[in-house]
Amino acid sequence: MTRRLAALTLALSVVFATGARLASQQAATATEWLVSRAEVGRSGGQLVVVERAEPRTLNPVVAIDAPSREILARTTADLIHIDRETQQPQPALARAWTVSPDGRRFTLSLRRGVRFSDGQPFDADDVVFSFRVYLDEKVGSPQRDQLIVADKPIDVRKLDQYTVQVDLAEPYAVGERMFDSVAMLPRHLLETAYTEGRLARMWAVGTPAEAFAGLGPFRLREYVPGQRLTLERNPYFWKTDRAGTHLPYLDRLVFVFVPSEDAQAVRFQAGEADVTTRLSATNFEVLQRDRGRRNYDLIDAGPGLDYTFLFFNLNGPAQNDPPQAARHRGWFEQLAFRQAVSLAVDRDAIVRLVYRGRATPLSGHVPPGNKLWINRSLPKPTRSLDRARERLRSAGFSWNAAGALVDKDGQEVDFTIVTNTGNTERMQIATIIQDDLKQIGIRVGVVTLELRALLQRVLMTHDYDACVLALGAADGDPSSEMNVWLSSGGTHLWHPEQAVPATPWEAEIDTLMRRQLTVRDVQARKRLYDRVQELVAENLPVISLVSPSVLAGTTKALGNLRPTIFDHHALWNVDELFWRGRPAGGTR
Amino acid sequence: MTSGPHHPGRNHHVALLALAGIYVTAICAGFFAPYDPSTQSRDLAFVPPTGLHWVDVSGTIHLRPFVYQEGRAYPVRFFVRGAPYRIGRFVPGERHLLGVDAPAMLFLLGTDGFGRDQLSRLLYGAQISLFAGPLGAALSVAIGLVLGGLAGFFGGWVDTVIMRAGELFLAVPWFYLLFAVRMALPLRIEPQDAFVMILAIVAVVGWARPARLIRGIVLSGTTRDYVVAARALGASDLHVLRRHVLPQAFGVALTQAALLAPQYILAEATLSFFGLGVGEPVPSWGNMLAVLQRYDVLSSYWWMFLPGGALLAVFLLYYLVADALHERVAALPG
Repeated sequence: MTRRLAALTLALSVVFATGARLASQQAATATEWLVSRAEVGRSGGQLVVVERAEPRTLNPVVAIDAPSREILARTTADLIHIDRETQQPQPALARAWTVSPDGRRFTLSLRRGVRFSDGQPFDADDVVFSFRVYLDEKVGSPQRDQLIVADKPIDVRKLDQYTVQVDLAEPYAVGERMFDSVAMLPRHLLETAYTEGRLARMWAVGTPAEAFAGLGPFRLREYVPGQRLTLERNPYFWKTDRAGTHLPYLDRLVFVFVPSEDAQAVRFQAGEADVTTRLSATNFEVLQRDRGRRNYDLIDAGPGLDYTFLFFNLNGPAQNDPPQAARHRGWFEQLAFRQAVSLAVDRDAIVRLVYRGRATPLSGHVPPGNKLWINRSLPKPTRSLDRARERLRSAGFSWNAAGALVDKDGQEVDFTIVTNTGNTERMQIATIIQDDLKQIGIRVGVVTLELRALLQRVLMTHDYDACVLALGAADGDPSSEMNVWLSSGGTHLWHPEQAVPATPWEAEIDTLMRRQLTVRDVQARKRLYDRVQELVAENLPVISLVSPSVLAGTTKALGNLRPTIFDHHALWNVDELFWRGRPAGGTR
Repeated sequence: MTSGPHHPGRNHHVALLALAGIYVTAICAGFFAPYDPSTQSRDLAFVPPTGLHWVDVSGTIHLRPFVYQEGRAYPVRFFVRGAPYRIGRFVPGERHLLGVDAPAMLFLLGTDGFGRDQLSRLLYGAQISLFAGPLGAALSVAIGLVLGGLAGFFGGWVDTVIMRAGELFLAVPWFYLLFAVRMALPLRIEPQDAFVMILAIVAVVGWARPARLIRGIVLSGTTRDYVVAARALGASDLHVLRRHVLPQAFGVALTQAALLAPQYILAEATLSFFGLGVGEPVPSWGNMLAVLQRYDVLSSYWWMFLPGGALLAVFLLYYLVADALHERVAALPG
């Protein structure tokens, strides 16, 4: 399927590359353009997008924060790209590729005549250099993990100027998807810095625009710290539309930094931004009321990939544990206790009160937005206080005269839920759970902590009872969540970095997760991950609550805008976005 | 003290009386509140204030007000049996001033995002917000009185040390300090206890301002002619302090307390607004106002502003009292 698509695009690009409009552009090597299948638009104008925070770096090798990655995805390109709409791999800088029958060798044919945004040509040497950088342990790139197969780094070799060969130690279920979001780097600009060991410090936010070069649709023009970052059209970008017009259509892409979601909604409502993603359901509702008077569209892209959950501290006994903490862990470690909590929580109320119906109650940890991987056989969660009480009774709990739940030793059951400040939704969820658990006699305190302090407690000091957090897989593939589900994982939240699996079911999940990484048959992988979901739902290390919908606001006149639930929601096809009937573009 | 027709003393009495009324209402919140402040009616989130009616659809006038709920009229009843409560921790009760028969609900000030009665939360919230003021002010002024008195009376190096320390305290960015303190506190602490601790810290940090003022009063008091004369006649330090200096200082301290109390009420509101005060589900005016940080609440539900109005009213009353106190102190001989 993928290769047929690739071949089709290639055929199209050959047809258009012979067109007169393009022939003049690159005299030396005829450029093998990628032809977009989207609606043909018109060039010009600028797009203003609100971004939550400022980028920490503009270096694609070390960027880890979402704002940096979101901006870099516009200025860089990968070899093979996962289409955010179809979820299928599609050719990017590699115009075609083949996989050996054993799944261990990829041969990639690079697009000819591609140039970096500074006009320098791109070829196999840049690819080999890029992977050398990403795989170098000393550089410390977050992408390194996804390029290690069976504990061995992939081997990237140049066959000729436009062909590279990639060898894997073992077949890799993710396959060509591993190339997605691995930005190709300009060797001519970075090689010296790399050999001198200062690559990780290159391209910091203060660097002048001339020092950058990328292969994305836009390139850096100006960065005003605290205010905005402006990208301009990359004249060397390697895509055209069906009419032969060079992409991107937009002249400029401006990111304005607005730290709170509320302020983002206000800026969008006032017409100071053209696109806003990650709207909260409540602000979505506010904007909806005002829609008649203003010229914007609101899009509910459906359940997203984020899942919000409650989890208990299951980090076994620790040294100098106060007796109270040990007693609390004693409760949390009982499956019946966690089941009772899960049964008592009113997920429908969370959906209704916190998300105004724009969320979905979860039966397992995979949200319904992840259509490819969700295990639909998991039972729907139904709230039942009677069954919750019965579970507690079966585990030796009882109720005293005042109605408070007491354990076997007659101690009243109370604990604290922590969540992060600034996230009003999670705070509301915690308040709802607090009231739900009061119904079964459990007294819950809610404490909010600054996110970093919270993560330190959860991941390092383990000094907490229970926590409400959310996780979101950038793409729905289970391989992106290895760190969460492997018992040795750093974000195995309830009990991170175990030397050996603490429970038999965690051991089984470890085996399943490792196996699904190397099985190439999608159905077989799905069966393995289905079983992981069952184990999580049965043993409740996380009590899945809800998955919010992805909500976006866009200006009406914007063509080709199709927000998805996957990352870069509205901007994934920014090269194809254009202003209808208004060449200047801008604010409403 | 005699109050003529335009004398500020009258305002002073009215304000004191009104404040006392508010404090009594807060203490007896259980009786005045129609519901328990943490009971959630989850199908009734952000319900606007229930309208009271006296005239029904047929035009008949009723002496007893009633409310409409789903097309049916429910009369408002007095001294109804409802959720049990305690007044001042000890006196149990279950009679509430107002109520309507089930399934109707009486939300005179609307409900919040969890369907909790705003009026009940406002009344119970007053128990924390209103008492935070006098408590914090008393503590600050007491410390200020002692330290300011010592500095002013003894002068010299005592004065220097205390006053420089005071300046240091004034310069402390207390808000960040509080974040740090809350971070250092163990998680398993009752929200009320955490709140009292934080309030105590604010009050202790706030001693410097009253201390400066009192030092000034004491300093000027000890250098007055009659005090010098008293000393010349052999009066002891203690005598001078008791007879001449402290009476002056007390008046100033009282005025300071009346001025500081609303500031500490506001401090509680600010702390709760930023999540450092009492935690859910215990209401306080600050955490009730905190929902206004959300744009949807700010732009959609006007009744969520009401705790702000209550705060404003209490402020005005306190300032009237402080004003009257100030005039009395100024009118004192000496």
